[in-house]
Amino acid sequence: MENTKKRYWKGIEELKNDINVVKNAEREFNLDDVDGGTHRRDFLKMLGFGVAAVSLAACDAPVRKTIPYLNKPEDVEPGIPNYYATTYASGGDYASILVKTREGRPIKIEGNKLSGVTKGGVSARIHASVLSLYDNEKLKEPQKGGKATTWAKLDQEIAASLSKASSIRIVSNTILSPSAKSVIADFIAKYPSAKHVAYDTNGADGLIEGNLKSFGKAVIPSYRFDKAKVMVGINCDFTGTWISPLEYSNQWAETRKVSSGKHGSKTMSRHYQFETGMTVTGAAADYRGMIKPSEEAAFAANLYNKVITLLGGSPVSAPKVDTQYIDKCAKDLVAAKGASLVVSGSNDVNVQVLVNAINNALGNIGNTVDFGTPVYYRQGNAAEMNQFVTELKSGQVGAVIFYESNPVFDHLRGAEIAEGLKKTTLSISTADRADETAKLCQYIAPASHYLESWGDAMPKAGFYSLQQPTISTIYSTRQTEVSLLTWAGANADYQAYLKSFWSKNILTGKSWIQALHDGVYEVAPAVPAGASFTANVAEAAASVAAPKTDLELSVFESLALGTGAYANNPWLQELPDPISKVTWENTAAFSQKTAKDLGIAQGDWVKLTVGDKSIELPVLIQPGQAHSTVSVAMGYGRTDAGKAGNVGSNPFPLLGSSKTASNFWTGGVKVEKTKDGYTLAQTQTHETVMGREAVVQETILSEYLKNDKAGRYEPMIATSEGLKKPYSITLWNGHEKKNHSWGMVIDLNTCNGCSACLISCQAENNVAVVGKKEVVRAREMHWIRLDRYYSTDADLDSRTFSGYKAMEVASENPEVIFQPMMCQHCSNAPCETVCPVLATTHSSEGLNQMTYNRCVGTRYCANNCPYKVRRFNWFKYFENDNFDYNMNNELGRMVLNPDVTVRSRGVIEKCSMCVQRIQAGKLAAKKEKRRPVDGEIETACSSSCPSGSIIFGDMLDPESRISKVLEQEKEGRAFHMLEEINVRPQVTYLVKVKNKDEIVAKRSKAGDKKKHAAEPEHAAEHKAHS
Amino acid sequence: MLSKKYKHLLLSLFAFFILSETAFAQDGDAAAGEKAFKANCSQCHAADATQVVGPGLAGIEDRRDFAWIKKWINNSAAVIASGDKYAVDLYEKFNKTPMTAFPGYGDAEVKNILAYVKAANAAPAPAAPGAAPVAAAQGGDETGGGKFFNIVLVTLLVIMGLVLVALLAILRLLTKLSGGDDEDGEDGVSGGEKFKSSFKNLVANKTVRSAVIWLFIILGTKATLDGLYGIGVHQGYAPKQPISFSHKLHAGEMEINCAYCHTGVYKGKQAGIPSASICMNCHNTIKRESPEIQKIYTAIEKDQPIEWVRVHNLPDLAYFNHSQHTNVGGLACENCHGEIPKMEVVEQRSTLTMGWCIDCHRKTDVNAKGNAYYDTLLDAHNKTTKDAMKVEDIGGLECAKCHY
Repeated sequence: MENTKKRYWKGIEELKNDINVVKNAEREFNLDDVDGGTHRRDFLKMLGFGVAAVSLAACDAPVRKTIPYLNKPEDVEPGIPNYYATTYASGGDYASILVKTREGRPIKIEGNKLSGVTKGGVSARIHASVLSLYDNEKLKEPQKGGKATTWAKLDQEIAASLSKASSIRIVSNTILSPSAKSVIADFIAKYPSAKHVAYDTNGADGLIEGNLKSFGKAVIPSYRFDKAKVMVGINCDFTGTWISPLEYSNQWAETRKVSSGKHGSKTMSRHYQFETGMTVTGAAADYRGMIKPSEEAAFAANLYNKVITLLGGSPVSAPKVDTQYIDKCAKDLVAAKGASLVVSGSNDVNVQVLVNAINNALGNIGNTVDFGTPVYYRQGNAAEMNQFVTELKSGQVGAVIFYESNPVFDHLRGAEIAEGLKKTTLSISTADRADETAKLCQYIAPASHYLESWGDAMPKAGFYSLQQPTISTIYSTRQTEVSLLTWAGANADYQAYLKSFWSKNILTGKSWIQALHDGVYEVAPAVPAGASFTANVAEAAASVAAPKTDLELSVFESLALGTGAYANNPWLQELPDPISKVTWENTAAFSQKTAKDLGIAQGDWVKLTVGDKSIELPVLIQPGQAHSTVSVAMGYGRTDAGKAGNVGSNPFPLLGSSKTASNFWTGGVKVEKTKDGYTLAQTQTHETVMGREAVVQETILSEYLKNDKAGRYEPMIATSEGLKKPYSITLWNGHEKKNHSWGMVIDLNTCNGCSACLISCQAENNVAVVGKKEVVRAREMHWIRLDRYYSTDADLDSRTFSGYKAMEVASENPEVIFQPMMCQHCSNAPCETVCPVLATTHSSEGLNQMTYNRCVGTRYCANNCPYKVRRFNWFKYFENDNFDYNMNNELGRMVLNPDVTVRSRGVIEKCSMCVQRIQAGKLAAKKEKRRPVDGEIETACSSSCPSGSIIFGDMLDPESRISKVLEQEKEGRAFHMLEEINVRPQVTYLVKVKNKDEIVAKRSKAGDKKKHAAEPEHAAEHKAHS
Repeated sequence: MLSKKYKHLLLSLFAFFILSETAFAQDGDAAAGEKAFKANCSQCHAADATQVVGPGLAGIEDRRDFAWIKKWINNSAAVIASGDKYAVDLYEKFNKTPMTAFPGYGDAEVKNILAYVKAANAAPAPAAPGAAPVAAAQGGDETGGGKFFNIVLVTLLVIMGLVLVALLAILRLLTKLSGGDDEDGEDGVSGGEKFKSSFKNLVANKTVRSAVIWLFIILGTKATLDGLYGIGVHQGYAPKQPISFSHKLHAGEMEINCAYCHTGVYKGKQAGIPSASICMNCHNTIKRESPEIQKIYTAIEKDQPIEWVRVHNLPDLAYFNHSQHTNVGGLACENCHGEIPKMEVVEQRSTLTMGWCIDCHRKTDVNAKGNAYYDTLLDAHNKTTKDAMKVEDIGGLECAKCHY
């Protein structure tokens, strides 16, 4: 008989009678590994000690020291900021800036309005650069073989080695500085075997070579987007990352400004964008078509053919592509002959030749394409760099100096460089940290931060710019120019060198002090010049390959991180990508359709394989992504950037030796799902506005021409006396504003999502970095968010569950609208009425004040805020090892603005409309016994907007810009968000106008319903459309 | 139309003012000169012939011409460097102490000072118009809350006392009524014992007991609350400083202007602790041998800044700007800091609590006269009331004026 007593084992351990199982058999919980097992006695001890400690601490305040200067510098007065003009120039990114210093430490970057190039614009990356100054993971002294050494020893050894070395190479990114180039020339004069090799991670070699072929000029011309009535970008993120985005976005915005009223300007450029992944430029375009990377060349050829046919020329033979809007685009281009502009970000020479041919045929050369003033933002030479890598690998390079460059990480052949470095006799890096390249070098001579250094820049012909130190070097670092001069045995006083270089070559007798004060020195601009087109278009078109259908990988430069040089900057890491809203990592972006075909969804991780290389990334479903493509941002995947920077994956190995690698794409990508259940750290997960017209309002130019109020949503409230405007009924008494009424106008039409305001605000207001984990929990602290909304294909009238569900889904190629959203400073603020402790109150100047020291953290206000702009400090974000960012170390805290409180745990914070700046501005006026002048007081966001979309000012001052704009737009584009709840914000938005011909059917449907009665014939017209 | 008239009037008044100003400036305004002299010159120069750090200025205009004097005031080092004989001799005579340069001084300012020097020597010192009266003294140290509490306490005590008396009376009556028979029999009981038993009765009495307990609770609460209110308030804090610097001597006897050392007080947020270089303006000639002043020399030689102990500590959450109060508000330093010229060791005179700030903002008139910033505010205010415009009337009690 069988044994009926069945036994069950809870696990294999019990079956085996594991010692632990026996030991714990009697215990209900295994408490051994419970974290922090506090026993009763320990608890009492701690309690007792805690009480004693608290009461002791309360007895006496600690003695605080106050330490004055021994010899106070004449121009430094504690508590009063000083501003110095200097220059940011790194790898071709350029801006003339003002640096605000307090007690000798730089704390904020502002734009320099004297600059004719950047005109006061500063990008998010440049705003964040001040934090890199206080990065405590930088090297603190020179290194030899990974160990600290002294400058004297290092100089001696390097000079000795250099004098013996043959074929020395200096490898840098673009150097905009004419004097630094002169230093390099001096170095080469001393060591004749030396050669300077420049490369750019995201270079413009294709463009330069294309121009050489087309016009015989190997330069980048000045583009004049401000003169263009029709502009076309082909995979060219010109307002975000391409060549000189600050300049271009300013010019772009100039052509997008419209105003209401009889005398309002109603002309607007039309912007077409054809691209693979969605960029901010594409998002801002009026018409956006999607092309695969392999279609790029064929697209350019087809566009050329269509344009030339319309102009009466003969087309060239090229593979056909049928991209949406291409015909319309060609028609518009021809209509705007001489005032149109086509640009391409491609590194494919043929594409650039075709683009040049289009511009030439349209007569744009000399008008919107100005060869009179070439620009120098990209000076890398890919051919020379490739030759260098080949030489390095074969051991022909005797010594190599990496001039603040990191090609092992950010060059496509980085792995080969790492391999080749072993074969040189001398390798030096002047990087600020032991990065991927520097750690493989024998010596590291750490360069100072640009805010600690002298320098200059020539971004454009005739435009010069000076760089001066705003702080003495924090660590024992030395700027590269000084190192090179030292090693060349020359006088190493670079300041003197710079001054004499300028007076000899640039200033021609003008004042050095004046140039230093202004930060810029500009000679009269050259007259716009054209160039004759000589390239063979047919030949270029003949080499265009036919588009492919397989999955293609496209690598792009992200707006926040760029090429990854400043990856260890937590502000940039936490800056949400304007489009995907992802922070702290890069993703593999697929279109909805492609993801569906591949069987992957957001939340999955995929392994992307090309040849024998593969990387793993989380999946992002990106509306507007071309089908059968996957986009991955470069600049991520650093391994030696630092604690904050070593995130994401570097897609460069995938490009490998692909023929199209230099154009940052490759075919033949295999995708394999590896895991699921992952949550991306996105700051906005809701993609559409779901037909809520009260939130964001937009229209199209043709409608706006007919009606200034086109696109406006004007809610009415039903009362016993019929329908009434929301502002005509109220249960509030309102607030009297006798003195000032601070307000803001945000033009949605010119905002392109560049996010400069966000970082500027973060720097000004000591906004904490919270890290990826907390962003996933929606606890980011940014005071401004850039809401990005996609349009949807769903029927906005379908009031069913499935209808609502469908509304959440963005279109395959959606229209995008950005809306900067911060505290609206409501006059009838819902937050104020619910605060139990009066921590949030109203000021007589229209501000909604937040008093941290009174807040008890009920978060009622955040719940009651209709705009969801209040942020709660879930933790103490400073001096807390769980948030190991800049506020957790002494050096990193130097960036904090001493005029703004660092908020502690448990309190709410939000946009204060930079009340510290308002107070400072008022005080300055009071001291001079006058009223503040408009423009004198600016918030951090308004002062940093490169496209001038944010206007801040006193609405009680009839002469202020804001008053004038509001007067003009009162019966036009001006709207308050969520007007129907009658909170009366101090922030006004201006309706977004897209320069489109026809109404998109889905938009009209929702609009129809309201307009039916008033405009029956209008409605009928829409029906015909749909 | 009225406003037009008003404007006219204002304009002509303004014009008159300007004209009279310039008229004064022609031969130097002695009053303005006195102000400038006391602020910037009196630390080193006397208006008479007395030698302080530098020479006495009496008869200066006889010794040197105006152009030379102005050049010297603007940049004495340049005059010395130019090889001017008189300047070099002067420099040598005064131990090579360079005079602080005042490059901002134009003809008018120099003339004013010279006019003052002349006036001061010509007549027995003219009675200077009394210094601007210091604004109303501050409302004591008692915070509003404390006062209120005291009133409640006294009232409660009085009520408790009355209740106690009434209870005792009732008690007596009751004992009398109930124990009327025994009274005779207990004649033999001594007075002491009688007291003892009545005390016992008293203790045993519930009402009395609870009254006493309540009294203790109330007193205890008052003491605790007072203690808690006092946390972080360091009124009277007068720490010992690394160098026993005497404000009584410098600001009191020597009458050195506060802003001479606290350079930021009219300019910025912080008044500033003077750097050692400011001490050296005088002390490189005066009392060099004093051991306390030797400490400054040591600091400079060792390149180690002097670590003063901070007396006035506001919490970080409050923003306070000196220039708003001194420059714009026209308040005297003594308003908040007390009589510094009489203090040997500086102590914190005010409580520096928020109640203290608010109190002053409620009581103080805005210094709006002649400041165009306040014009619209003043107009609006005068339309509604005849009372003076207080700081609280223009938003001086709003949170974000100090907390951000």
